[in-house]
Amino acid sequence: MSLILQAKQLHKQFKQLKAVNGVSFDVEQGICLGLLGPNGAGKTTTVEMLEGIKRPDKGSIKYCGEPLDEHFKNRAGIMFQSTALQDFITVEESLVLFQQFYPQIADLQQIIEDCALQDFLHQETAKLSGGQRQRVLLAIALINDPDIIFLDEPTTGLDPQARHNFWQLIHKIKRQNKTIVLTTHYMDEAYELCDQIIIMDHGEIIAEGTSAELLSKHFNDVVMQIPHSSELDSVLSSSAPSKINGQTKHSQSYILGSHNRVEIRTSDVNETVKALLAANVSLSGLQIRERTLDDLFLELTGKALRQ
Amino acid sequence: MKWGMRGQRFISVLRARNREFVRDRSALAWNIIFPLLIILGFAYAFTGDSLDAYKVAVINQSGDAQLEFYSTKYIQFIETPAGQKNQSINKVKRHQLNMLLDAQTKRYWVNDSSPSGYLLEKVLAGSGGGEYKKQSVSGEQVRYVDWLIPGVLGMNMMFSALFGVGYVVVRYRKNGVLKRLQATPLTALEFLTAQVVSRLWLIMAITITVYIGCDLLIGFVMRGSYFNLLLVFTLGAFSMISMGLIVAARVRSEEMAGGLLNLFSWPMMFLSGVWFSLEGLHPWVQKLALIFPLTHITQAARGIMMDGVGLSAIMPNILALLAMSIIFLLLGVRLFRWE
Repeated sequence: MSLILQAKQLHKQFKQLKAVNGVSFDVEQGICLGLLGPNGAGKTTTVEMLEGIKRPDKGSIKYCGEPLDEHFKNRAGIMFQSTALQDFITVEESLVLFQQFYPQIADLQQIIEDCALQDFLHQETAKLSGGQRQRVLLAIALINDPDIIFLDEPTTGLDPQARHNFWQLIHKIKRQNKTIVLTTHYMDEAYELCDQIIIMDHGEIIAEGTSAELLSKHFNDVVMQIPHSSELDSVLSSSAPSKINGQTKHSQSYILGSHNRVEIRTSDVNETVKALLAANVSLSGLQIRERTLDDLFLELTGKALRQ
Repeated sequence: MKWGMRGQRFISVLRARNREFVRDRSALAWNIIFPLLIILGFAYAFTGDSLDAYKVAVINQSGDAQLEFYSTKYIQFIETPAGQKNQSINKVKRHQLNMLLDAQTKRYWVNDSSPSGYLLEKVLAGSGGGEYKKQSVSGEQVRYVDWLIPGVLGMNMMFSALFGVGYVVVRYRKNGVLKRLQATPLTALEFLTAQVVSRLWLIMAITITVYIGCDLLIGFVMRGSYFNLLLVFTLGAFSMISMGLIVAARVRSEEMAGGLLNLFSWPMMFLSGVWFSLEGLHPWVQKLALIFPLTHITQAARGIMMDGVGLSAIMPNILALLAMSIIFLLLGVRLFRWE
């Protein structure tokens, strides 16, 4: 696999705030890389340095082994977190406008079809819905038939249908062997789309790998949820918790207030079930689930509220 | 290939900007209606009949203080210093005075083409002024509105240039349009040139429309060359668009841009001689006014339209506008940041 993008020791500071602090990683050709992190983690600053919009204070970025230059601008497709298009211009005119900036262009009809823009092609961009707007911005990012595409929180604020629709589009792009760098704070999005994941917090990388690697590295347990009962209370407070939780690294159980359910994390389901049955806890309504990226994200970045 | 791409990018931004402007109907209508309203309003305001039907300037009144003519009703006698004789004669030429009387030398000046002058002549002869000698002058009537129109056209260009570039680019910066463009191969120079050219031809189109509209509605004098007038207006618009680029270069908030643009436009509006002649102002203020492009536009356009002067007479104004255009443009491009 060849490397399309290499970032080495990126630093960026805004006044007192160290937004990005020594971030390094490589992006292989043809993968979808997910940059995850809570608000203010430094994802957008990192991705804007990769896009050539912001200059790093220190560190280097190479595209196909070369520093970012005009060739990179011609070959990159970018979708920012928030951009407006010029007022009083239709979707089609916007597409044509951006098409004329590039020497190499994609087939406009194909893009219109892929991004399903036919129905509002002659509408002014200012009058589009959220989902329509994101599809237009994606179409503009694809207009130069780019080799690498940057998507900064592309589905933030979209309804579930629009998100799934958008994911289908990304899958289509992935099949064309294009490289994608995606930032998001939706874990299901990262799980669905990303081959490689980097989790950032406070301007630094705190974990990286495929989602399977990350989950198996950090968790060896599953989550059991059962309805709350007095028997359960007594067994959780009295008997040895290790019997209930197994030999997990994080022997914890939570009461989930909203549904009056208790969540138990265990590395040994058999042992836990036995212990619960021995204490006369009813197992009807028991649910078991694997650990998810959501769990990992909260585990790594903490549960304190961010700005 | 490279220059071909540059041209293509420039043209496409230019076209998009033109579309945006032309489709913004309310702004377009305002750009045309606002100056028409001002000119119509002033034309109406200054045509009212005053009680004193005639204006007569008198020099050395004491030389013939007993003249019966002075007691005629409905004539406003304006005592004038002898030093202002030539200016007063010019006013008679332009019908701003109906008669000039010099009581010392017993002469009077009237305009041959003025009915009021003719009547006053008869009144003077019948009220003890029979021995006064007539000095004829000629010249067409100049109304305040004729004097006002060159300046108002210039002022309208100023607002359109400053706000059309300054405000719009700042809005683009704030809502992310500039950021999106920055991520493409489009260069700052290509983008800014397209903004300037788009605004320039839109301003010229609007100015010509307003000019024709005013001429049809109220009519005004135009004694000089249309080519020279077009040259002055084009250069003037260019210099003020470049001025707008300086405001647009870095400001991030529309409020700040609005404040700065007002800071530029208000002194120009009042100190460039659009509404009143600068002659009565403090010399220091008159000097200061020369740093405003609008002063040079107003002076040059008034010279062409009212006095029919040629290119050489307005050359200082043209050179000043040219120099300002170049300085402002270089400064604006140099200071420009996408973000």
